[in-house]
Amino acid sequence: MTTAAVPHQAHPPTTTGLDHRKVAIWAFIGSECMLFASLISTYLIYKGKSVVGPFPHESWTDPATGHVLQPILNIPVTSMSTFVLLMSSLFMVLALEAVENKNKPAYQGTLRGNSSFWLMATALAGATFLGFQAFEFTSFVHEGLTIRRNLFGSSFFTLTGFHGAHVTAGVLWLLTLYSIDKKRGLGPKDAVLVDICALYWHFVDVVWIAIFTLVYLIS
Amino acid sequence: MATAAVSPPQPHVKEYPTNGVWSWLATVDHKRIGMLYLVTALCWFAVGGLEAVIMRMQLQGPNGHVVSAETFNQLFTMHGTTMIFLVVMPLSAAFFNFLIPLQIGARDVAFPRLNAFSYWVFLFGSLFLNFSWIVGSAPNGGWFGYAPLTTLAFSPGLNIDFWLLGLQILGVSSLAAAFNFITTIINMRAPGMTLMRMPMFTWMSFVVQFLLVLAFPVITIALVFLQFDRFFGTTFYTPGAGGDPLLWQHLFWVFGHPEVYILILPAFGLVSEILPTFSRKPLFGYAVMVFSGILIAFLGFGVWAHHMFAVGMGPIADSLFAVSTMLIAIPTGVKIFNWIFTMWGGTIRFTVAMKYAIALVGLFVIGGISGVMHASPPADLQQTDTYFIVAHFHYVLVAGSLMGLWGGIYYYFPKITGRLLSEKIGNWHFWLNFIGVNLTFMPMHWSGLYGMPRRIYTYPTDQGWDLFNMMSSVGAYLQVVAGLFFAYNIIKSWRGGQIAGDNPWGAPSLEWSIPSPAPDYNFAQIPTVTSRYPLWDVASPAVPSDAISSGPLKTSRELGIPMPNPTIRPLFVALFLVLMFASLLLIHKDMFWVAIGGVITFALAMTLTLYSWLLTPLEDAH
Repeated sequence: MTTAAVPHQAHPPTTTGLDHRKVAIWAFIGSECMLFASLISTYLIYKGKSVVGPFPHESWTDPATGHVLQPILNIPVTSMSTFVLLMSSLFMVLALEAVENKNKPAYQGTLRGNSSFWLMATALAGATFLGFQAFEFTSFVHEGLTIRRNLFGSSFFTLTGFHGAHVTAGVLWLLTLYSIDKKRGLGPKDAVLVDICALYWHFVDVVWIAIFTLVYLIS
Repeated sequence: MATAAVSPPQPHVKEYPTNGVWSWLATVDHKRIGMLYLVTALCWFAVGGLEAVIMRMQLQGPNGHVVSAETFNQLFTMHGTTMIFLVVMPLSAAFFNFLIPLQIGARDVAFPRLNAFSYWVFLFGSLFLNFSWIVGSAPNGGWFGYAPLTTLAFSPGLNIDFWLLGLQILGVSSLAAAFNFITTIINMRAPGMTLMRMPMFTWMSFVVQFLLVLAFPVITIALVFLQFDRFFGTTFYTPGAGGDPLLWQHLFWVFGHPEVYILILPAFGLVSEILPTFSRKPLFGYAVMVFSGILIAFLGFGVWAHHMFAVGMGPIADSLFAVSTMLIAIPTGVKIFNWIFTMWGGTIRFTVAMKYAIALVGLFVIGGISGVMHASPPADLQQTDTYFIVAHFHYVLVAGSLMGLWGGIYYYFPKITGRLLSEKIGNWHFWLNFIGVNLTFMPMHWSGLYGMPRRIYTYPTDQGWDLFNMMSSVGAYLQVVAGLFFAYNIIKSWRGGQIAGDNPWGAPSLEWSIPSPAPDYNFAQIPTVTSRYPLWDVASPAVPSDAISSGPLKTSRELGIPMPNPTIRPLFVALFLVLMFASLLLIHKDMFWVAIGGVITFALAMTLTLYSWLLTPLEDAH
């Protein structure tokens, strides 16, 4: 009988032993590196090339009106939002740990094993970061820096806006995982769902470290 | 039925149609998606070819009156954009789709629905791009779209909007496909299929996916800047506001040069399949072929500024980019010699596929040599923006990529359709095409060296260019005749060609071990691979005897093979994505809020459909 030679036809194991989604997310992150590299390079190339203010680190006097515009970057506030985003990465690690170890007695009924708590904490921290960014963008516009104002405005808003869009996508992703967790409970079996989200989230965090250093800290 | 009684209980078993329009719209089968890519790309080849022929009619003699200068601008822009993004890339994608799972012994790609999504984005994006012809404002800024020329100040119409939005859409398609194929090749190889046993086409495709993943984000950002400049008034490309007019050129060519290898490496891969089969010899220097492909891709990221010698970057930058460009000739030359040594002493069969492969090896050298010529900045300053450059890149793209892809179609048509293409008509196609291509592009070397600039829509009579232009035009008409033979061959053979059998060419790789056309599950049993040429390896046959087609083919259900369910969702996600981009066109029709409303509406529709896709299991419970 021919079918006897094919007793079991489930999916063959993957070549590397890794889940497909995990390989794909690494390829995706590689691509995203080039995306942000292009944005950050453009920002750096255009640093100091704007012909009108406001500028990031220097004040600027409008030759027509004599009006003085102060340096626009608010480093203390952005340091706080950076801290919140860094904390979110910690929450993300804890969320993944909670999902991976859900069935272990040491985790059951404890905060450490409460994956939906950590997923929500990560999402909220991300949302807080976005709130800071919304505040920052609004105050910049009030101080006269729009995306059309000068090269600094164009490259700053595009770079940080792209990063903010990535955080937004991440928050949506986390909330989706949260609702799946609430509905049917995420466990070690589908930890890969949280794992790939965590890789993405940490990547977006690392990009922010680069942006914070290159845009905000180095004048 | 007896088999139904013994099969395990299947709670959600649902019957899906296997033919008819719906089965194609909802397909997630990599082979069907490959066929869709193939047919769509061939249709766009006819359109892009027609655009070329109109240009050749215009330039056939001095003071031509066939089209206006404005139309001519649109023709060369759309010809280039079409041939690169809608013909050569999707033809390569057709082979990626069709062949990669078959060559590595897999049943599908890693993400079958994402694969369908890639195709639909490509289809809708290509229709969107060409929709510009219907509204009378086809892109007119060249396929490279140099800013600031393409900013609103110098290109106020919708032409450039169609171009930049179209390219963004096509980028989504290419990137999604690249993630998919990288995962497929890394993670879905059959037992024993180590990296260094993979067929050369899969290897070159693997390299190309990395080029796509790393090069496309750069043009995405370049286009985002242009999009923001045009739609929201940013100043990235506005020199008056301090913007650097070279920014676009750098970003574009950081993408654009790797793109050249994205276009040629798949054809190199196909030729590396065809030559060994019809020489009855293993590929000469397999490992060196692999590493030279990787080296070409690696160096390809460090040569972009050789497209920009004329802008005056200074002697240091010019020298560095000249040297890195010349270095690429080494791995490429290695490939050429390895192909020749593959044929050396072999038992050669001159099929049409083989003729195309040999034509690539011979003619690509011509384009390669002229490439090394303008790798030297002093020579390039004489040649840049002349027909010499047009001659060069048509020798690498038409005489290179397309010759390889046509050879690939002749070679793989039997596996795709189960029938052989007619060799008789194929020979007419090959020889007319071979003569036509050379007659078109060889004289362009001379018209270029005699000073004829690119992109001019007409020329006066006393320049000494008349004869060369006439030759090029006659060559173009010959290519049309060849194309008609090709179309006739495909239609005739698809309907009633000779039945091929599993392995009509006596080829060595896994895709030839299964029936033609391949069943939806590809391999009844996943093969175990023990060498680079499993079907030539008598000592350890990779193919279990029950996989050889005898008697009626079993369905995947009869064999108990879990297959992904067809779904229409990727099509709708793709449709909403394209509509989202298309809405932005309304900004320049003074309907800013309608455009923003459209973007938000279609983004929401896309997200909801995407959720519905992701929350639907890939296959029935088993």
